[in-house]
Amino acid sequence: MLTLEGLVFRAGAYALSADLALAPGRRVAVIGPSGAGKSTLLDLIAGFRRPERGRILWLGQDITGAPPDRRPVAMLFQENNLFPHLDLRRNLGLALRPDGGRLRRGEDIAVEEALARVGLDGMAERRPGALSGGQQSRAALARVLLQARPIIALDEPFAALGPALKAEMLDLVRDVAGELGALVLLVSHDPQDARRFAEEVVLVAEGAAQAPVATETLFADPPEALRAYLGG
Amino acid sequence: MAPRIVALTAAGQGVALIVAPRVVALIAALAVAGLTLGPVGAVLLRAGGWGALGPGDGQALRFTLVQALLSAGVSVALAMPVARGLARRRFPGRGALVALMGAPFILPVIVAVLGLIAVFGQNGLVNGALRALGLPEMTIYGIHGVVLAHVFFNLPLAVRLLLQGWLAIPAERFRLAASLGLTRGALFRVLELPMLLRIAPGAFAVIFVICLSSFAVALTLGGGPKATTVELAIYQAVRFDFDLGRAALLSVIQLALALSAGLVALKLGAGSGFGAGLDRGVTRWDGQGVWARSADALWIVLAALFLLAPLLMVGLRGLTGLVLLGPGTWIAAGHSVSVALVSTALCILWALPLATRRGELLGLAGIALSPLVLGTGLFLIVRPFANPFALALPVTALVNALVSLPFALRILRPEAEAVRADYRRLAQALGLTPLAWLRLVLLPRLRRPLGFAAGLTAALSMGDLGVIALFADPDRATLPLQVYRLMGSYQMAAAAGAALLLLILSFGAFWMFDRGGRVNADT
Repeated sequence: MLTLEGLVFRAGAYALSADLALAPGRRVAVIGPSGAGKSTLLDLIAGFRRPERGRILWLGQDITGAPPDRRPVAMLFQENNLFPHLDLRRNLGLALRPDGGRLRRGEDIAVEEALARVGLDGMAERRPGALSGGQQSRAALARVLLQARPIIALDEPFAALGPALKAEMLDLVRDVAGELGALVLLVSHDPQDARRFAEEVVLVAEGAAQAPVATETLFADPPEALRAYLGG
Repeated sequence: MAPRIVALTAAGQGVALIVAPRVVALIAALAVAGLTLGPVGAVLLRAGGWGALGPGDGQALRFTLVQALLSAGVSVALAMPVARGLARRRFPGRGALVALMGAPFILPVIVAVLGLIAVFGQNGLVNGALRALGLPEMTIYGIHGVVLAHVFFNLPLAVRLLLQGWLAIPAERFRLAASLGLTRGALFRVLELPMLLRIAPGAFAVIFVICLSSFAVALTLGGGPKATTVELAIYQAVRFDFDLGRAALLSVIQLALALSAGLVALKLGAGSGFGAGLDRGVTRWDGQGVWARSADALWIVLAALFLLAPLLMVGLRGLTGLVLLGPGTWIAAGHSVSVALVSTALCILWALPLATRRGELLGLAGIALSPLVLGTGLFLIVRPFANPFALALPVTALVNALVSLPFALRILRPEAEAVRADYRRLAQALGLTPLAWLRLVLLPRLRRPLGFAAGLTAALSMGDLGVIALFADPDRATLPLQVYRLMGSYQMAAAAGAALLLLILSFGAFWMFDRGGRVNADT
């Protein structure tokens, strides 16, 4: 389980609390009004922000103080998921060799396979600038595949893509996460994403991240906070 | 494909990525602080009582202030019509002319002085014309020569600052003014005057500060009791009288002068010496009359002539002088190239870890400290242990690196901060080692500004005629000093040749580094 235990984060007048647990391998959407703290929640889990109080546990192990790279989390940001001056081989290779060293033989093959898995075979020499937006997202997902962490945190990385492309990417995320057996946290402002992709939904509103609810249950009978957000 | 489960990376590099750069930055900061405060301390300790000052020193202080006021005033006043012309006209070569306005920044002072002498000197073009017309001749030596040279260097700076101001006025305002049918006077009062009142004082202050620390110009075109700056007086106290107490005291005066004026300039806040995007043309509806057009054209042509004629003369006279270059000049050129390379390496090594907000503030210390003050301090520190003259070249390289640091930081900081803002989280998430971050992310992303900063530093160091004059003995000249010595011994043809060589080396160094940052650099 990924457990957020009495977690409190504060920055000036802003506060976010979370007390919930998420099961490994689930697909969870994090939705809520903008500014409510969806990205902050992900940052706390990924280690980019530190809570004022509370603990974060993964499979019973306390990771509250661990730096981002020592957490079981692979994260995709809203932008800048690839270094634009490095080709895809270097970009993906960094997941395996964070010291930037040469890839060993097996690792080299792993990079090729990861690219092939997301439909970018033969593009290892390309730089991100030579790819379309969708292809860039695929390349970033290929790196997530290589990182092979048990939690995948997606902070609206596909927001700039059109609806069809976004749906395609979410399908790919589903497949990749399935292969890794990873827990996926998808931040989105689009309830459709949650319905299409997620088994559970964490609603972030009014300064708190609420415990996960099965997607269908939630949308069948939305609580007050969600209804206000959906505007219906 | 079977998923490849790769173990989590071993070390917590996310932490190292934050800690290691801080340690390096601290070391760099301490080095800069020590190397600037150390000489200042030495100067303060050694400074003699006020009685050590001669009557000439009071005169030097007065002359320093007067020439700086005049230089700044004339530069800004002349820059107004030129900048306005450049702001509202578009013509072929406009971009090149605006770019040319940046050239004096890396132009060695001694080269410019030779060029100005060729145009305005005894046997120069202007006096030739005056003679032919039967008019009285002018002399370039003394206060008007000093001011002339300062205007040559700073008019372009003032033009760039004011041009930025003009181009920053939104095009919509001019459109509105046109649709309202504002008269010339009304348009000036409503749009241009407020901008000038905002920009011009800052430009004036910056140029005033620059001219306060004038050494090479005063050395070559001034001199004598009537035209000696404080910086020149420091040099004379060290070199001619070997009165280190007085030199130190003068350094303290110079320091106080530069610091107080520097603070005022900072307050007035026209800090940015080289802004980007100057070549945008704003469509204007005003000033389309014949009179306005010809006035603009006249100002632009005059400014271009004023800037280009001395450079062309250096080129023309230098070509014939190139064959006269003796072994001494070539050795000096070798020294200059090594000094420039060492300065550049040092400056960049400092600038990279200090490219933060706090680091830039620290780097500003270097701008307040004149090379002569730093040099005098270092001279005092080194003397008990070693022969300062033997250390002329290393000390020159060091001081040049320190003096260039503020410029390098101003260029690098915004870009370095952008790289950190964009990619720091990704690097942390991947657990990049500090070395991998430096090698794979920071350096490649900073290639362009690094090349530009390195080019500026190399050119500034190559052309510097400051500390080297204080320390040098006949065996250890740099090329600018060699040019000065050739001038001093009236070998004007050889001096012109050496000056052309220096010009080529300075601009060449800038071009090579700057281009190195651009070639194959993709963003």
